[in-house]
Amino acid sequence: MSAVRPNWQALAALVTGLISLAGLPFTATMGTGASLLVTAIVLVAAILSMLKLRPVAQAIILAVASHFAAWLLIGGLADAFGTAGFGYFAALAASWLLAWRLVTVLSEMKFIAPVAKRTIALIVPAIFGIWILILWEALTRGAGVPFVLLPPPSSIGARIVTSTNILAADFVQTVVKAVLVGYIIGTFSGFLVAVMADRFRFLAAGLLPVGNMVAALPMIGIAPIMVIWFGFDWQSKAAVVVVMTFFPMLVNTLAGLAATGHMERDLMRTYGAGHWQVLAKLRLPVAMPFIFNALKINSTLALIGAIVAEFFGTPVVGMGFRISTEVGRMNLDMVWAEIALAAVVGSLFYGLLALAERIVTFWHPSYR
Amino acid sequence: MIAMRDFLTGRLVPVLTILVAIVVIWYGAAIGLNGPVIRDFEKRAGETSEGMAFILKTWSQPKPTMPAPHQVAAAFWKYTAGVKLTSNRSLIYHSWVTLSATLLGFALGTALGVVIAISIVHVPALDKSLLPWIITSQTVPILAVAPMIIVLLAAIGVTGLLPKALISTYLSFFPVAVGMVKGLRSPDTLHMDLMRTYSASRAQVLWKLRIPASVPFFFASIKVAIAASLIGAIVGELPTGAVAGIGSKLLAGSYYSQTIDIFAALIAGSICAILLVTLVDITGRLVERRMGAKT
Repeated sequence: MSAVRPNWQALAALVTGLISLAGLPFTATMGTGASLLVTAIVLVAAILSMLKLRPVAQAIILAVASHFAAWLLIGGLADAFGTAGFGYFAALAASWLLAWRLVTVLSEMKFIAPVAKRTIALIVPAIFGIWILILWEALTRGAGVPFVLLPPPSSIGARIVTSTNILAADFVQTVVKAVLVGYIIGTFSGFLVAVMADRFRFLAAGLLPVGNMVAALPMIGIAPIMVIWFGFDWQSKAAVVVVMTFFPMLVNTLAGLAATGHMERDLMRTYGAGHWQVLAKLRLPVAMPFIFNALKINSTLALIGAIVAEFFGTPVVGMGFRISTEVGRMNLDMVWAEIALAAVVGSLFYGLLALAERIVTFWHPSYR
Repeated sequence: MIAMRDFLTGRLVPVLTILVAIVVIWYGAAIGLNGPVIRDFEKRAGETSEGMAFILKTWSQPKPTMPAPHQVAAAFWKYTAGVKLTSNRSLIYHSWVTLSATLLGFALGTALGVVIAISIVHVPALDKSLLPWIITSQTVPILAVAPMIIVLLAAIGVTGLLPKALISTYLSFFPVAVGMVKGLRSPDTLHMDLMRTYSASRAQVLWKLRIPASVPFFFASIKVAIAASLIGAIVGELPTGAVAGIGSKLLAGSYYSQTIDIFAALIAGSICAILLVTLVDITGRLVERRMGAKT
């Protein structure tokens, strides 16, 4: 047993770190000293991570080294757009390999405390996301990718900060008006029709296959018709959202209401429970996982429906409108700002539903 | 015989009833939505029509607010059987344009999804770091990015089929990746241990145990993926400036308020969706039967 435990990420980081020495200095404004510092950090961390240290110590060394190196590298791009040489990218690759090693070390750690487990489950994807941003920033600015093709995250962030007014107006128009109104009407009516249809077996037997078929259709295509019927404002977008969210809710609720076992239903019958009592106390709770599944599917569908419907005609406000016009004017940072907004809204919407599901269906086996 | 009768009374009759009800409601909606326009028109012309004559008028407008089913059917027939296949007005031609992008995107997306799933199952670091982002990526309205992807790819010289197909790829890789991760992990401990007693390599476990076990999951997920692919291709056609495809027919129809044309294009898109999903369904059943699954 030797004191050294090689791993391929650290070895590769060593090699790329040494290669980067042939390309000094890294950028036009980054001095040779600063460039050497980055390489030194990377090489030392790579060697340290191959020693038999405790995983926690390894993780700390790797986290500090890879992110400090990345910070120096991005800092070295100030006023040096598109001047990075191959040494820069070799050093970037080396620090990225260290970050990969960090993720590997973190995911191999064994914890007993649930808090530590949950923290790791958050940190690991966070590192992945941060590195996507780091690589995006360093590659676009270092290699001088034209702004109209792919703006770096820093200028997208700056655009978000300077145009909060526009973003807020678009958010209100698209999300608060079109998505929320359409989502609530669509899911509620889907749910109500399913409960009504469930009262009559004949209706349910007919609606389920038809609804399943309709749910697979490209319903987004009704957007132009809704714009003709309801005009350019948010009402037509809400109508598209209603149609898109109705069928998944209908189908899932019908499936959920059919999911109760014979034993439970027989038990309710021995209690002398009527149809509505059985529905409220047994069948709706059992259907909840199915209903939440539909609510989650619908949260994405609703955003897509409202944004795409705006491509067919809209007043001069709204996320879909902004995306299509700013693409035409080559203001790609504004487009990405809208996409970031949509991503945050979509994730929050989904996250809130997942949280509500946990609270409502706490009894479900997948949460115990 | 009993199975046949169960199918008739339990499935066919209710489904047909619902479909008939939809057509009846559709005709009713056509009266309600087109009525005011005709009343307005008649007031200016100084005439009135009552009863059946009025209803027939609502069902035969050249540019109705709500076209009646038979008008849509006639337009659909005219644009499929009534024109040459190569004609720019043929819906079969436009469907083919959309379908080719759908199928290319679907093939790319399925391949990408399977590759991602296999790497996630084999590399624990990817499981922890990549899987949460794949799930997050789907809460983002990806279709919103579609026009930008098209314009950007056109700027660097990529036009035609590929940009649309890439949007389909983005929409279809997710269900495949998630379904296949589940499928590749579905063999139970007993089977995995058996493979270990054979001292099987990871590649052998993959080919001989994990992939066969994941086949039902694969077909369930590509059924979702192909429907998503079609939607991606249709939306991808919206910003290309109405050249060809079902999406461009929708856009052209909305420019000129040709509701009948929009509905006919929608019917064509729906038929494509039903054909694709049915095809995947049948292939899945055949493969599973060949592999000895109990039906």
